[in-house]
Amino acid sequence: MNLLPAHMREFAATPVCHDIQINGETVGLHESGVLWWPDASTLVVSDLHLEKASSYARRGSMLPPYDTEATLEKLAAVIEAFEPSRVISLGDSFHDRDGADRLPPTYRAMLATLQLDREWIWITGNHDPVAPVSLCGETLEEITIGGLTFRHEPQPKNRHRSTGEVCGHMHPAAKIKRYGRVIRRPCFAADNKRLILPAFGVLTGGLNVMDQAFLPLFQPRAFSVFMLGDNRLYPFTASRLTPD
Amino acid sequence: MNQPLLPERFQDWFDAKGWVPRAHQLELIEASHSNQSTLLIAPTGAGKTLAGFLPSLIELAEGIDPATAKKQRRGLHTLYISPLKALAVDIARNLEMPVQEMALDIQIETRTGDTPSHKRQRQKSKPPDILLTTPEQIALLLSDPSAQALFSSLRTIVLDELHALVTSKRGDLLALGLARLKKLAPNLKIIGLSATVAEPDDLRAYIVPQDTSGDPALAHLVEVSGGAQPDISILQSGERLPWSGHSARYALGDIYDLIKAHQVSLIFVNTRSQAEAIFQDLWTINDANLPIALHHGSLDVGQRRKVEAAMTAGALRAVVATSSLDMGIDWGDIDLVINVGAPKGASRLAQRIGRANHRMDEPSKAVLVPANRFEVLECQAALEASRDGKQDTPPLRKGALDVLAQHLLGLACAAPIDADTTYSEITSAQSYKGLPRETFDQVLDFVATGGYALRTYDRYARLRRTAEGTWRIANPAVAQQYRLNVGTIVEAAMLKVRLIRSKAQGRRTPIGRGGRVLGQIEEWFIEQLAHGDTFIFGGEILQFEGLQENEAYVSRSRTENPKIPSYMGGKFPLSTYLAQGVRTMLATPATWAALPDQVREWLELQQVHSQLPGAHGLLVETFPRANKHYMVCYPFEGRLAHQTLGMLLTKRLERLGGKPMGFVANDYALAIWGLGDLAQSIASKRLSLDELFDEDILGDDLDAWLAESSLMKRSFRDCAVISGLIERRHPGQEKTGRQVTFSSDLIYDVLRQHEPDHVLLQATWNDAAQGLLDISRLGELLSRIKGRIKHTHVDRVSPLAVPILLEIGREPVYGEAMDSILDEAASDLVTEAMGQ
Repeated sequence: MNLLPAHMREFAATPVCHDIQINGETVGLHESGVLWWPDASTLVVSDLHLEKASSYARRGSMLPPYDTEATLEKLAAVIEAFEPSRVISLGDSFHDRDGADRLPPTYRAMLATLQLDREWIWITGNHDPVAPVSLCGETLEEITIGGLTFRHEPQPKNRHRSTGEVCGHMHPAAKIKRYGRVIRRPCFAADNKRLILPAFGVLTGGLNVMDQAFLPLFQPRAFSVFMLGDNRLYPFTASRLTPD
Repeated sequence: MNQPLLPERFQDWFDAKGWVPRAHQLELIEASHSNQSTLLIAPTGAGKTLAGFLPSLIELAEGIDPATAKKQRRGLHTLYISPLKALAVDIARNLEMPVQEMALDIQIETRTGDTPSHKRQRQKSKPPDILLTTPEQIALLLSDPSAQALFSSLRTIVLDELHALVTSKRGDLLALGLARLKKLAPNLKIIGLSATVAEPDDLRAYIVPQDTSGDPALAHLVEVSGGAQPDISILQSGERLPWSGHSARYALGDIYDLIKAHQVSLIFVNTRSQAEAIFQDLWTINDANLPIALHHGSLDVGQRRKVEAAMTAGALRAVVATSSLDMGIDWGDIDLVINVGAPKGASRLAQRIGRANHRMDEPSKAVLVPANRFEVLECQAALEASRDGKQDTPPLRKGALDVLAQHLLGLACAAPIDADTTYSEITSAQSYKGLPRETFDQVLDFVATGGYALRTYDRYARLRRTAEGTWRIANPAVAQQYRLNVGTIVEAAMLKVRLIRSKAQGRRTPIGRGGRVLGQIEEWFIEQLAHGDTFIFGGEILQFEGLQENEAYVSRSRTENPKIPSYMGGKFPLSTYLAQGVRTMLATPATWAALPDQVREWLELQQVHSQLPGAHGLLVETFPRANKHYMVCYPFEGRLAHQTLGMLLTKRLERLGGKPMGFVANDYALAIWGLGDLAQSIASKRLSLDELFDEDILGDDLDAWLAESSLMKRSFRDCAVISGLIERRHPGQEKTGRQVTFSSDLIYDVLRQHEPDHVLLQATWNDAAQGLLDISRLGELLSRIKGRIKHTHVDRVSPLAVPILLEIGREPVYGEAMDSILDEAASDLVTEAMGQ
């Protein structure tokens, strides 16, 4: 019996990805919530929100101080599984601007181990708009590789820039009703031009993709989601989903 | 002792009213002379409230020297605490009468969440003589630095409806508050007012301070015996008794005839949706246009007040109500109580029946209307219990740790606290008497820094050590945070129900705003609805139109049958006492003569086709049906315990290769079905029922299931809010229930994985064991049936199993993993796409 919640389990030795096309590039979506781009040997994660609990503790809500460890362990598991030569963290890697400085030494070392022998790119986000100067890795606002542009916040749809965009920020989640029961899970959301990653951090909530915040990003009903399951992704077209 | 107990002007007042003071009223006055705390147990209509207040009125009236009365500044003399703010307001009104008529110079005020802030401020600096309030307000006042000054003059506390107060976490909060009040005002006496309970000693111990010795200290007891024996009967209907369901629709004509034959009837049901359904149905046959009204907690407050006013004015012939009308408030002359559905407990029924006829020397009249055959047995057991004067109120609960956390923070907000003295203070409350010092220290540590083994939050501590070794709050923001989070009631997420015009009737216009709000409804219920689904609410059939922020938009529907049945079994499991009564009755055919013919024949058929469940053991039946194999057992321990058992049994069967597919539980029985032939496994000794039902099922299997259980997560959310780990709301911003639910689930996962012994998880476990999962009761069941399991294989469904099998499709069915549902939904999509 596996006592761990689904998102904390180790991932299968040979990870199986769900391949999709974004702006002509083939990328793989994984049930852990990461993007694997084999052609560029690049692993992309979004919205780690490290040190979120301590950020709350500063304001008097003493959330369990184990979120950073849990998120890093989860990250270590996918890095070990994919062995990427480049990792892109798509912004909101830390819950607030002091998060990187607050990072306890143990986790700092853990992170440094993960960064060994690979290129590491921090994309800035609204929670962490400044470079984590005390850590390794390069900090950028956005980066374009091949046909894909990686940035934190998606740009509204009518802008030319959105083509080939891979982003986070939204924490997409989807909801399905069946047999009078409701299942709500984090998900990838994509059409063929844009991909939005789910939040990877263990203490991150989700926003339903039917929320109006997604209206400027996708044509209504003309996009797909890939809900994170225990051992696989579950694809649905937006027309099958339920709002909150 | 020659001086009469009742001073002259009080005696005159009684005389003028034509009343004679009752013995228990005088006894309370006498007890107050020796400053004794007293528990008064009396049935409704015995003048309980007046008895509780008389000592205070006399002390206040007699203690005033008429010459200097106007000048003398007095402090707060008496606190009255009730579970309902409406009750506090009602009592204040009733108390004004004697005070005015005797021209006493006594100030009486209420203080509730509705009291304007300037008045609350003034009450702290210039308190009235008598303040009527709720446990939450006491907690708030105690967290104020002025608490010492405010309460030092306090002489008396009157606790109303104490039997109801002590059964929840509010009772824990109150217990802790009382311990503090006794510290602030050592000469304080407490008067508890209660309906009849099973263990009066629990309540006697609750209201007096305990020492560390083994025997509990007990308050003085004044018991007013029974009053007139109530006249209770079970409805004898000519109609066919349903096998299952809770609508009691078969008895509608009989109920209507009863209403017609009486002046004012109160119709009690167990759930909101039952109230809706009966109300709706009664009006369809209300040819005489009798004024019949509806009252339940989800209705808009304005509407409820209207019904209450009409009731008091005598303008109604009947009210269909849930437990929202159970308590205290006087509704005038009710001459009949009709209880529809299962009574659930003997004491619970007695309290409901007490609502009829508020004069205690005349018998209250009540008719029980069972909604199905099993409920007939339960009604019969309740009727016998009532005849024998048996009570089955639950034992006093153990104080919850999350409430303790809240209380400790509150104390620190008022003044720095010393750990040692605070520990002895809180363990003087009976509810917390056995609390180990170690646990107390853990809770204190939790309040200060979160209490984690990983001590990273010391620099953000909410409580800090002073040089003298006491604990004080780190900054004023902590006190502000506390005040916003005080209280133990964490509401289920509710949505407003707003009436609009259907967009289906017109074009596809956007949903219009501004319709009337009909009331509030549970979010989980709305979540299962799709656009166009119909359901009953507020006495009418509504069509669900959509969700807008925190409101469910609905329109009126012309359908006659709502599509979504909204029965959700009552919150209360049937009491252990009644369960025992039902089992004994089933096992003793000689007693069946008292049952209606249909029920007796049903049981006789069971005897022929299968066998009867014994009084102490457990009957397990197996039979095949429609390509599936069923296993049905009859523990009679209530739906919650059965659900937990069902969850555990399916897990275990799965491991043993029994291929279970699902299960359904009601208050009496549990049915599990699957593809594997269980009967054969049992016959070939591959499956042992003794092992299947072994007590060790409460070990690993339970633990594994709890990790994922949404019930556990819900309990955790409540504990997290009450203990102050997550905030109820921020200044100027109310969190919706949805957001709280989501983030607290994540916190639960993280905490469970990294610190499974954390004090908040202990609190969650205690809650689940007592409440949602009823594990304590399940444990008792498993040890009772040990070595007493009888297995019978029948070739088809047995008579006794029919009701539970009929529940399939009505009650939620459990057993499918969430992911398999996603899997199916996803493969549907494939089928759809392939055009198959």
